Parts: sequence; structure tokens; C-alpha cells
Amino acid sequence: MWTGVAKAKPFGFESDNRYIIVLIVDMFPPGGRLAPRGSLYHLPAFGGFMGFRTPLFEEHTADGARIVDFAGWDMPIQYASQIEEHHAVRQSAGMFDVSHMGVVDISGEHATSFTRYLLANDVARLAGDGRALYTCLLKHDGGILDDLIVYRVSPSHYRTVVNAATQDKDVAWIREHAAAFDVRVDWRDDLAMVAVQGPQAREFAHGCLPGALADATAALKPFAATWQGDWFLGRTGYTGEDGYEIIVPADEVVAFWQGLREAGVTPAGLGARDTLRLEAGLNLYGQDMDEQTTPLECGLGWTVAMEPAEREFIGREALVAQRSRGVGARFVGLVLEGRGVLRPHQAVSDGNQEGELTSGSYSPTLGRAIGLARVPEGFGEPAAAQIRGRDIPVRIVQPPFVRQGKARIEL
Amino acid sequence: MSNIPAELKYTSSHEWIRAEEEGTVTVGITDHAQESLGDLVFVDPPAEGDSLDVGTACAVVESVKAASDIYAPISGEVVEVNERLEDEPELVNNDPYGDGWIMKVRLGADADLSGLHDADSYSDVLAEAD
Repeated sequence: MWTGVAKAKPFGFESDNRYIIVLIVDMFPPGGRLAPRGSLYHLPAFGGFMGFRTPLFEEHTADGARIVDFAGWDMPIQYASQIEEHHAVRQSAGMFDVSHMGVVDISGEHATSFTRYLLANDVARLAGDGRALYTCLLKHDGGILDDLIVYRVSPSHYRTVVNAATQDKDVAWIREHAAAFDVRVDWRDDLAMVAVQGPQAREFAHGCLPGALADATAALKPFAATWQGDWFLGRTGYTGEDGYEIIVPADEVVAFWQGLREAGVTPAGLGARDTLRLEAGLNLYGQDMDEQTTPLECGLGWTVAMEPAEREFIGREALVAQRSRGVGARFVGLVLEGRGVLRPHQAVSDGNQEGELTSGSYSPTLGRAIGLARVPEGFGEPAAAQIRGRDIPVRIVQPPFVRQGKARIEL
Repeated sequence: MSNIPAELKYTSSHEWIRAEEEGTVTVGITDHAQESLGDLVFVDPPAEGDSLDVGTACAVVESVKAASDIYAPISGEVVEVNERLEDEPELVNNDPYGDGWIMKVRLGADADLSGLHDADSYSDVLAEAD
């Protein structure tokens, strides 16, 4: 009996359906998880299927959240006001249910060699256990399969946190390449995850954490992690603010969430998460980059460790070749100088050449429209975005737009 | 449940219309529309003097999440737009049937209000969409 699944995702099923799922998943051998979530999602046999739900789903609806489909998951896009949730994170503390994201553990004697081959950034750069880095997971042609954070638990155990929409293909890819390295790949669907972000996030979270874990956070540096049992806490995030991303056993996350709420942390939805990450100049997978984009084309060249030259990793040859023939494109930030809102796929022109916005929205912190765009080499000001047939001037800036509550560009 | 004042007329595309004196109407978007869009950050109204053809896009409202067209609920000429929305688009969220009005239109000779929904009928439109 593989008991991990009974209390794990998908959580939102009626009891009869859940029983069926447990039976089916149990047919798969424990050592070779066959992507139970992804596999079942494509099974049409379960009538009335609405989407996967995290263990916090009932908390969201009780708080009046508007629920949307996000990569097959029923997730809160906003509660009362997306803008107020955004401000809560910049000025105080907000929390996001990110339990739909995937936690994948890579372990075994050769875990370091494998992870160095698998990822475009180099885990050998990590200064010690509990340190983390941001990296792309590349195809052989340099296209981005996903972007992720990898934590070193020990030299024989790395933990990755991957995007919800890509986790099926990520796990399949990782397993395919792991075979030659004799490492174990565990897709941890017994865990939930909450991001607590904002200038007061650490203070508010402190009293809600198990005592020993709370004690360990005092000395925790940015981009470092600590853990106790199945609780795993990283001082990381996706908002440009201080805070934590906390992996919690699925059956303990509701009490944790309720405790954070009582401590003064504001629940925030995917809508606020998007405007916060855009202000912070952080890419969104599937929008700013995808399998047809290399890191050099979306501002992520800095995450690719080309040194040491003897490290072989998936995608290296393609990136070396692209760099030698020239990337031909730049990834820039834009600020709209006129009235309107920048949106993905709008064209931006400097009169000679044309680029395209990959992200765009209204920045609640700046009170202006901002965006990210891929533009040809040599593209420059004056430039304008084409919004409903009109040319509205834009300024080209270097992201981030906002960090730690403060504007990082001139307005 | 969204607010649907009894004295107004409505379209299936979630505009409301209030009959004013001397052949003019005031136009806005419904409580349901503003709630669906979320926090509004930009309203792009027509220009005063523009002539409107019923059913055609004549203005845009944008929330943080999305842009949405406003369709002319009747034919006529724009006689006034709500200039406060330039700096305070959130008025549409806070008071969709009052301070959040979008434009005033003088009815054209062929303008026809009979095809618009009354409150009960618009309420049915929302119920069907659920």
C-alpha cells in the first residue's frame, strides 16, 4: 500500500472519486510513480471533474476568492481586491497558496553529478547544504522546459520546486535522464506549499512555525533553506520582497494557513502574484519564455553557468553556438509614458524595428503600465507600444521596476 | 448577488442605460461587469461628438487583469464623457451606477430602446450565464 496518495493531491474530489483514484494510483509501483496527477487528469472517465484542488481550497472559497482554472488546478485569482492584495505584500505581508507547484527530490550517491548535468546553472556553486539557486531546465536545443529553484539538502540530495503547468513533463524529462546516473527521483505529492511575502512576512510567520524551525530561521540568509521533519522553509520568493516559501505536510497546511491569517498575513491570489513578479522583473514561464526560447533570449543568461568549461550540461552546446552566432535579441523592461495598459503580445516599435511584449500589466506600486519585451538588437528610443491601433510612447528600462517596496526606476 | 437597479435598462453585454431628460441617456457598466473585471485601472472613453452605432465597440475599460470593450447600447451622439474616470477609474468599481458612469449620449433619430433588457430580464441573463 502506497499511503502517500490518500492524503495527497488531488484533494478536492468527492470521497467516491478519491477512493477510485487511490485504487488506480496504487496499481503503480512505489518506486516508479507514473505521474498520477497528470495521468488521471487526462482520464475522461470521471464525470464532472472540475480541476485539481489544493488542501487550502475550502479556505479560499470561505474567504470569498474568485476561483479560476490554472493549468488544471482550481486556484484563487483574487479575494476582494487584487490591488489591495498587491499592496499588502509590498507594505506588510501576504500569503499565496502555491501547493499546485511540484516538489521533486533527486537523491543518491550521484545526485550532484546528475544535477550538474541536468540544470543550466551549476549546483557546485552552492556554498553548502541549505543553499539554493535559480536555474533553467533546458532541452538539448537550449529551449527552456521550465525554470525552477534547486535547494541543496546535502551533496546526495537536491530538492527542486517546479511550475505547476510543467511538472508532468519536467518529471518525465528528469526521470529519462536520471536512468544513466542511478539516482532516485521522488515527486512529492504529499506536500503543500505556502509563500509568505512582504516586509513583515518573517515576523508574522515566526509564531506559526514549529518551534525548532522558527528558531532556525533567525540566522537564515536570503536564498537559503532550513528544515525540520517534512517542514522545509526557504528564504525565497517571487515578489521582490523578503519572506519565505514554506513546504508543509499536506495535512498540516490548513492549520498553518489559518494561523498566518490570524497573525495578520493577507491571503493573496494569482492576480497579485503576477503583478508583484512583474514589478520585480521576474519572468513567468509560458509567457516570457517557453520551449522555443533560450535563456539568452529572455534575460536569463546570468543563470547559465558556462564556467567551468568542462562541465557538460543539457543545452550547453546549443547555447555556445547561439552565443557565437549572436543572439540577435534583447530582453528589456518598458514603462508606458502615455495612458493605457501594456499587455502581452502587443507590438513595440522604434520606427525601424519591431519587438513584442511578453508580459504587461498595470503596476499598482508605480501607478503606471509596465511590461517586459523581446526586441531586436539595436532597438532603441524613441519607441512606442501599439495599443488598439494607437502608438503610445514607452521608455526602455532595466528591470526590476520595484524591489523591497521601492521604485527602482525613475518615473 | 450583484446589484441590478429596477429603474435602468440593460444589454446582454453588461452595459446599463438610464433615460435622462431631452432625449439623452447615461451609459455605464453593470455591477456584475465591474465585479467580473476586478480593479479597474484605465477607462478609454469615446470623444465628445463621436457618433455611435448600436452594438459597436465605443470604449474600453481595463482592469489589472484584462481589457474589455464597451458596446454602444443605442445609436446616437456622445455629448459628455465622465472625465473623473481619467484619474479615478476605481469609481466604476465603487459606484458603477452613480459616480462611475461612463458617457452621456443623445439618442439618434433611429435609436430604439425597446430591445434592451429590463432589470428582471437582465437578471435572467446573469442567471443563464452562471
